[in-house]
Amino acid sequence: MKEPIRITLPLTEEKVRSLKAGDSVLITGVVYTGRDAAHKRMVEALDRGEELPTDLKDQVIYYVGPTPAKPGKPIGSAGPTTSGRMDAYTPRLLEKGLRGMIGKGYRSPEVIEAIKKYGAVYFVAIGGAAALIAKSIKSYEVIAYEDLGPEAHAKIYVEDFPAIVAIDCEGNNIYEIGPKKYKR
Amino acid sequence: MRIIEAAQITEAVAQLAIKANYYLNPDLYEALVKGREMEESPIGKEIFEILIKNAEIAREEEMAICQDTGMAVVFMEIGQDVHIVGGNLEDAVNAGVAKGYLEGYLRKSVVEEPLFNRVNTKNNTPAVIHVSIVPGDKVKIVLAPKGFGSENMSALRMFKPSDGIEAIKKFVVDTVVNAGSNPCPPIVIGIGIGGTMEKAALLAKKALIRPLNIRNSHPQYAALEQELLELVNNTGIGPQGLGGRITALAVNIEWFPTHIAGLPVAININCHATRHAEIEL
Repeated sequence: MKEPIRITLPLTEEKVRSLKAGDSVLITGVVYTGRDAAHKRMVEALDRGEELPTDLKDQVIYYVGPTPAKPGKPIGSAGPTTSGRMDAYTPRLLEKGLRGMIGKGYRSPEVIEAIKKYGAVYFVAIGGAAALIAKSIKSYEVIAYEDLGPEAHAKIYVEDFPAIVAIDCEGNNIYEIGPKKYKR
Repeated sequence: MRIIEAAQITEAVAQLAIKANYYLNPDLYEALVKGREMEESPIGKEIFEILIKNAEIAREEEMAICQDTGMAVVFMEIGQDVHIVGGNLEDAVNAGVAKGYLEGYLRKSVVEEPLFNRVNTKNNTPAVIHVSIVPGDKVKIVLAPKGFGSENMSALRMFKPSDGIEAIKKFVVDTVVNAGSNPCPPIVIGIGIGGTMEKAALLAKKALIRPLNIRNSHPQYAALEQELLELVNNTGIGPQGLGGRITALAVNIEWFPTHIAGLPVAININCHATRHAEIEL
């Protein structure tokens, strides 16, 4: 196994171009959180001609619905949720400059096309590894949609957050490449 | 007649909710260690490594293994010589779920009505409760939090008896392939065969709480469990669906007599965090 690639955010297009499907990465920097409901509100805001709560240019969104934080901790267990539920909204956010997503599971052909078009990347975190991932999250600050509780749009700071490049900017997809290699 | 206070059941259920979500059972942990050895894909091996570390961190820091702390499924075996006093059983169980999910900092994921008004009940109740009355004067409670990434990938089919074993094998493999990465492989597969529609589904759920290192006591079903595990692992889906040799950690089958005209088969998929805890009062 190759050593993981260390990535610091923000994530420029140049950094994205060096990543290949199957690479292991450790991410450090500010990441934004959002699940279905937050995505829906962001896209509705764009539809009304409004600005997003935060400028997403070269930013990364993590699809997560954590458990409640214990006293003294920034966040509870915080593994990725299924990305497919965000597919309907993702191309609009990529168009606004979003550079990367962290989630788990497959993406739609429309999302993959948009990843290629805008030079973005889709990372997967390990589904279920919620306690381990929580250790890499150092701070948690809600920035919008507070009423959504654990699903609010928040700004988190991560250090050495472990992930894998699932779909690179050329559209190479580990979910297609990997299983083919090991099928018998 | 033995008397058990409803409050005792509430307290037991609360503790089980926390225990099940924080501590992976030894059979699951061992299956992950074995999987790490057997996996051929480098990414797959790394994923096993992460899952093992994750279980260790959750145990040491007393936090949830997965952020989807599930809908609480509660199996109860109540001795017929037990008299429960001080409240009704269902309320006592739900009060325990609410207490455990609150005090254990577990995520509340239950909505009060499925179709028109999906509002969170904020205490993870109600639980799905299955009660059976058994001989004796004990109460056994098993609490199995069920995450829905995997629950959503489950399937049920009413086969004709003439469809035979091959059709069942194909159904299992097709269901796993269709699920792909969604249920967070490596998965555990619970299969219920026989009974009626709802009995098969319940057997499939029960199959998930049988230890992974114990095969069905019926040799033909035990052999089918092994064969299905091999077929599923030959799909190449692998850990997290990123490709590899270990898609499932185990296949557990439970069966029940059925009608001359029927062959119900239910498949209940669980993620690598197949959680459950039990107690006997």
